[in-house]
Amino acid sequence: MPTVLNKEIVAILNRSLEHGWVMEPEAKRLFQLAGLPVPRFVWARDVSQARAGAAEIGYPLVAKVVSPSVVHKSEVRGVAVGVADDEELGSFFQRMSRLPDFSGILIEEMVTGHELIVGSKADYQFGLVLLLGIGGTAVEVYGDVAIRMAPLTAEDALSMLDGLKGGKLLAGYRGKPGINRQKLVEFLLGFSELLGEISSFVESVDLNPLLCSEQGCVIADARIMLDARFRPEKEKEPNVR
Amino acid sequence: MDLSPLFSPGSLAVIGVSASNDRHPANVIFSKNLLRYPVATYAVNTKGGTLDGETVYPSVSAIPAKVDLAVIAVRAEYVPAILADCIEAGVGSAIIISGGFAESGRHDLQQQLIDMAIKADFPFVGPNCLGIYCPGQVDTFFLPVERMVQPLAGDVAVVSQSGGVLVDLLVKFAKEGVGVSRAVSIGNKAFLRELQFLEFLEADPRTRVIAFYVEGFARNEGRDFVTYARKCRKPVIVLKAGKTREGGQAVSSHTASLAGDYRVFSSVLAQHGIIEAATELDLVSYCEALSCYPDLVTKGRVGVVSGSGGHGAIAVDACVGAGLAVPPFNEDVQRKMRQDLSENIRMIASLANPIDLTGSAVENDFVAAVETMCTIDEIDSILLLMLPYLPGISADIGARLSKVYRRHGKPLVAYVPHIEKYRMLIEGFELNRVPVASSIESAVRMTQVLRRCRLC
Repeated sequence: MPTVLNKEIVAILNRSLEHGWVMEPEAKRLFQLAGLPVPRFVWARDVSQARAGAAEIGYPLVAKVVSPSVVHKSEVRGVAVGVADDEELGSFFQRMSRLPDFSGILIEEMVTGHELIVGSKADYQFGLVLLLGIGGTAVEVYGDVAIRMAPLTAEDALSMLDGLKGGKLLAGYRGKPGINRQKLVEFLLGFSELLGEISSFVESVDLNPLLCSEQGCVIADARIMLDARFRPEKEKEPNVR
Repeated sequence: MDLSPLFSPGSLAVIGVSASNDRHPANVIFSKNLLRYPVATYAVNTKGGTLDGETVYPSVSAIPAKVDLAVIAVRAEYVPAILADCIEAGVGSAIIISGGFAESGRHDLQQQLIDMAIKADFPFVGPNCLGIYCPGQVDTFFLPVERMVQPLAGDVAVVSQSGGVLVDLLVKFAKEGVGVSRAVSIGNKAFLRELQFLEFLEADPRTRVIAFYVEGFARNEGRDFVTYARKCRKPVIVLKAGKTREGGQAVSSHTASLAGDYRVFSSVLAQHGIIEAATELDLVSYCEALSCYPDLVTKGRVGVVSGSGGHGAIAVDACVGAGLAVPPFNEDVQRKMRQDLSENIRMIASLANPIDLTGSAVENDFVAAVETMCTIDEIDSILLLMLPYLPGISADIGARLSKVYRRHGKPLVAYVPHIEKYRMLIEGFELNRVPVASSIESAVRMTQVLRRCRLC
């Protein structure tokens, strides 16, 4: 079996153990190393790095807070979409820098496409399972997902796509272009292979959204939660009163 | 590991019979096997003596024959010593009826049994179970024989985590005329679990269909089960309970929240071509249909025939809802079919699919219509909605139509109202291996399950 693991992936996981999860820039790097497409990004620790990164990527762009204490970025308004210039970027940076354990910001190119969710979970009865669904912030409202036990075959991946109620939208609907099915299948197979190799570390992964278009799929947001063994004590044991 | 001493024992020791309590589980098991089954049955109690005139042996090693199966029904704390005796005496297998193990917090006591069994490679079922029922061979259920409803001997095997559900399923199998090869209550499944029974039953020549009632698998055990079941040559059906109970852990991600325990269970079963029954009744219907037709029907095109337009319409709705097609027949097929009908319905019957032969149809018309449908390529199975109150048909119609099926091999599923009055007609189908449903919807589900498809 070919291996996608390399030293840097292992190093990222090891670095993340103390937090219990993999912060987004590290997660993006990890997926990039595994050959899965991510947007161009820069992890900027100060304003000048941010401006230099923005010059490289080009406005408008997406900016997100990086902090080991902020798992849910949107809850602290830690995501800015369509940042237009240096000034907006600077003020976003200043606002974020007041958040606990602030570790810089992630700036990324803007990507568009259909919002899907791809995820994984360590299931008690079946081990590693993978999920594909209609993504976005309302993902749990629609609950339109397909689930398979890993590892996936190409046939599994296609049947996941065909099993979604929203599958018609992805095929192109009323003039809106559809997605590249072949690229999505390749993506799912690559994801399945990577997760198979790191599953002993991982409790769950959310790629939400995975943005898919006629060109292919890009991981717009990534969260990797590590197995409870690696979770700091305070999260492992919820308050019992 | 050889499980045949469990299922086909030549000799049986029932350990823990009571001298004073006739309703003691061990006494019930001893009596029914002694009186009704072709298995040499011995009673065991450390006090010795006699029971109903039969010798009670003080230990399993005192029995003057090799024992294939020991049924242990003593208090939990004595079970490890008894199990050690059985292994020492060269007994072939055991069923531990007694409760009081992991289910009541005594994991330590259960672990002792597991350790012994692993060391000696000794198969045991339970603890906390009813054990095994094989029609005509052995019955370790501690239910008095006059209280049980026993299905016919047949080719459906059932493995259940719950003894109560298993007994109830047997009642339903009996009512629907579904024959059973082996029924196993696995209780705490401390040692022998679903996977070992699946392996045994796949190789078991008496069994054609394997059904499970599952509450939950142990850690990663589900993975091994589905991986094996996927390659199993016989249909595997699972009824899952505990669908609403989700993992109690804090949900830290969308995926963990969306992929709840049951949703994963159901999806993974479908991924591996294992049939999930939503209810007990579906389980019974699926077992009936697949025991008659275990071969995979790859396409879902159904021909529907009835003596009533309404029945046809209801069936078509249910078929479409179940992902089955009811393709209209072309003019040639209809012309051929029409020629074979009796004169008085030739001009009034509608033959486009669904076929309505009308209430004036006689038995020969049903036979002719089914005969034609068996010979055309447009459909893969036939759904017959039989109205036994029509004046033109007799109680022989089931047996006659089953002959048509057997000549051509195209699966036929019938609906007949399940009223005692129509029993002979129903048995004409069932005893000739045509499945009969008690509702139109369940006939459609029987037809649907023949596809056994993976996520289609």
